[in-house]
Amino acid sequence: MSSRRPVAHRALWLGAAGVATLLVVLQVVPSTGLVNPDFLPPTTQILTALVERVQTPEFWTALGDTLVTWITGLAISVVAGVVLGVVIGMVPFLRAATASTIEFLRPVPSVALIPIAVLLWGTGMQATLLLVVYASFWQVLVQVLAGVQDVDPVASDTARSYRFSVLARVRTLVWPTALPYVMTGLRLGAAVALILTVTGEMLIGTPGIGKLLAVARESGAVPSMYALVVVTGLLGVAVNLLARALEHRALFWHPSVRGEVVA
Amino acid sequence: MSAVRSVLYAVGLPLLLLAAWWVATADSESPFNPPLSEILATFGPTWFSGDTFADTRFVQDILPSLGRLLVGYAAALVVGIGLGVLIGAVRPLREFAEPVLEFFRAIPPPVMVPVLMLFLGVGTSMRVFVIATGALWPILLNTVEGVRGLDPVLQDTARAFRLGRWGRVRRLMLPGASPQIVTGARQALSIAIILMVISEMFAARDGLGFSVVQFQRSFAIPEMWSGVIMLGLLGVLLSFVFRIATGAVLAWYHGYLQAQRGGA
Repeated sequence: MSSRRPVAHRALWLGAAGVATLLVVLQVVPSTGLVNPDFLPPTTQILTALVERVQTPEFWTALGDTLVTWITGLAISVVAGVVLGVVIGMVPFLRAATASTIEFLRPVPSVALIPIAVLLWGTGMQATLLLVVYASFWQVLVQVLAGVQDVDPVASDTARSYRFSVLARVRTLVWPTALPYVMTGLRLGAAVALILTVTGEMLIGTPGIGKLLAVARESGAVPSMYALVVVTGLLGVAVNLLARALEHRALFWHPSVRGEVVA
Repeated sequence: MSAVRSVLYAVGLPLLLLAAWWVATADSESPFNPPLSEILATFGPTWFSGDTFADTRFVQDILPSLGRLLVGYAAALVVGIGLGVLIGAVRPLREFAEPVLEFFRAIPPPVMVPVLMLFLGVGTSMRVFVIATGALWPILLNTVEGVRGLDPVLQDTARAFRLGRWGRVRRLMLPGASPQIVTGARQALSIAIILMVISEMFAARDGLGFSVVQFQRSFAIPEMWSGVIMLGLLGVLLSFVFRIATGAVLAWYHGYLQAQRGGA
């Protein structure tokens, strides 16, 4: 372990240097007139706008709205994806009968549903939720199906010859096998759900960070717009870190996670 | 018999769902849920009618949309794989760039539409650029990851055989990282389709996304549904083409996986 310390330190320093370089470049390029500062304000202006935004209550309301839409959509997708995935995955008939439908519906771009969502719910949260759920549900479902299929046939036969009930098989056999896949689906779905949440807010006008961004664009508040882009990026980083931490925690017993610690 | 059965399995549920939709909306008076028969009847005239073939919406709106999608996506592939191999192979560079790249990947790509509109207006170049910059990150980061995860023994072997730098890229890094690159490219494709539609919904005078939104705003509901169906069909078609294209690239990998599992 101790021999790895300096390397980890170096990565930290280099990474910090990378971020610093980006900030400096973004400060210098518009200040020197290389890029029109009306289009790309210097870093300091963006940061000032960010600080101003953070002090307004409407920012926090919007952030809360975004997070509520995101987590609601993700929760619906994960629950529906896991339940349907386990049921479909364990019944060969259902798996065969639904395969073509799933393959067909999955690549349908969720933004195609925007007009329908607007007609049905106007600018309400349900309209954006429809997009979020449609996009992230398939990510989870497909992973769960792959996970259920991955169950060791010998273990499956053993469980059957010991007359495990269906519930016992799900709990002791299918779920542990599928869990790494579920976590992958959760991680992918969380990122996709955030993308569609912000998109829905921007295009449909559901309250949230995306709507603030659209308003800032329309009123020509460029530094403020960049500040909100930074906020969405930070949100995205937070979502990724959270999903990875959750994955690590849920799979602490799994070789893929244990291996990382040993190596 | 088993061929018949697998065909039945493949078409059974879709037909059932379509039939349910047909029956459920057959007497629909609701302006928002027109009967499926009406939607299908408008599908042909909406997209394929015009004085000449060149006047149809198919040529006027869909083909330009697809063209922008392909150009932007191709640019993302070239830049993403090229930069990804470089960053993945040079360790200090990777440590330097990784946090910044992670941040850019985490920005939801659609929020870049208003930003790029400032620089490029609402024309074709903005839309191509939006698609390219959105699709870039999954490809780039997966390539970095794939190159980094290469077996060190293979790297040493390549060096011992004195493969040149270019030889190592072509014979070792690109094939070795191809499973991850394909995964990234698949995520990038669905992002690219989303961005194609969104960039046109925001501000444009033509394109598939623009048409669909215009139908919705003018309450041409059956036409709008036909646009939604058209978008869905395009998504399915593109993912089908993608699977065929990558199937050839990854044929060795699927064989390798099967051998690893002790099958075949």
